Amino acid sequence: MSEREPLFSSKNMKLLRDPLNDSNPITVQVLGICSALAVTVKLENSVVMTMSVIAVMAVSNVVISLLRKTIPPRIRIIVQLTIIATMVILVDEILQAFAYEVSKQLSVFVGLIITNCIIMGRLEAFALANKPWPAFLDGIGNAAGYGVIMIIVAFFRELLGSGTIWGFPVFEKIGLYDVGYVNNGMMILPPMALITVGIIIWVQRSRNKELIEDN
Amino acid sequence: MENYVNLFVKSIFIDNMVFAYFLGMCSYLAVSKTVKTSTGLGLAVIFVLGFTVPINYLIENYLLKAGAMSWLSPALADVDLGFLSFILFIAVIASMVQLVEMIVEKFAPALYSSLGIFLPLIAVNCAILGGSLFMQEREYVNIGEATVFGLGSGVGFFLAIVGIAAIREKIQYSNVPAPLRGLGITFIITGLMGIAFMSFMGIKL
Repeated sequence: MSEREPLFSSKNMKLLRDPLNDSNPITVQVLGICSALAVTVKLENSVVMTMSVIAVMAVSNVVISLLRKTIPPRIRIIVQLTIIATMVILVDEILQAFAYEVSKQLSVFVGLIITNCIIMGRLEAFALANKPWPAFLDGIGNAAGYGVIMIIVAFFRELLGSGTIWGFPVFEKIGLYDVGYVNNGMMILPPMALITVGIIIWVQRSRNKELIEDN
Repeated sequence: MENYVNLFVKSIFIDNMVFAYFLGMCSYLAVSKTVKTSTGLGLAVIFVLGFTVPINYLIENYLLKAGAMSWLSPALADVDLGFLSFILFIAVIASMVQLVEMIVEKFAPALYSSLGIFLPLIAVNCAILGGSLFMQEREYVNIGEATVFGLGSGVGFFLAIVGIAAIREKIQYSNVPAPLRGLGITFIITGLMGIAFMSFMGIKL
């Protein structure tokens, strides 16, 4: 075998960096929208959700990548689902043990990481055809790209909807309420998450013209 | 009886899978380009939800819940297999989808070819697993309620996806700002549809 590729070669770094912008799972690949929108009312919830997704995604990518030569193609979906489900059960039990309040608020959405299309999508598209280390980086990269959007959306929804950041009453401290500012209750409601993501897509695509669709 | 009708209406409109919980968004966005395909997907989702929710209800109540296995023998009364629910639910869903696929292929080949790839994809539609998880969380009292909830959620998804597909077919003739075309405007329209559906929220059933 010829010289080994360095662990952080430019090709591998690209795997980590690309999902943050050019091939972002949410705004470009359209994967994993379901959970992204439902837990973004508060910053805390979305950070916990992001960390869970990063953990599940990195580990299941590596496991699938290790098993890629032994999984029979016909039953691969069930194998993938089983591996993801096992990981999600672990994450769920850990959350219930150490962050009970947050896990109550996330309710079914931790379980729904199983069917989060980002994970299935990346397993199918990447881990089944690549070595464990690139698969690991791809998992971290895509989960982080998902997390970035989650955190941006949660930041604006919490700030404008409740006037707080991570529970800290920002608007109250700077005295915005005294001059007649009122929280926008709309931002807490589910539909505004969609509109916020729509606006993020708008901003991203007007900066990066290559992503614009024909129709 | 009245109780079932209430639950049905509630799960279609008030607890709509797409607009209130954002479940099934991935296929909702990906398959909503034309009304025809989205009708097919919507019907398949109704069908699968209508089966998997009651089956998972039985699994939950006779195998998994704390003390659920006491009907087998009194010794099992304090066994709690709740942590296995994700893996069993997803296994039921994946095998149901496979089964539905085979049945449809055998008995309704025309429907099968019109659904095409969407049938197997339903296994990873979050709305299906979401239906089972909500059933578990809300603790419906009997299998009838669970079935009605499953069917109602499916109909809610059907309405949502056919609605957005119809709007997207029309919007091709509009002059949308270039960066918003495609995905962006679909998100915003879905948001607006969600706001419209929220008007059902005040209804007490």
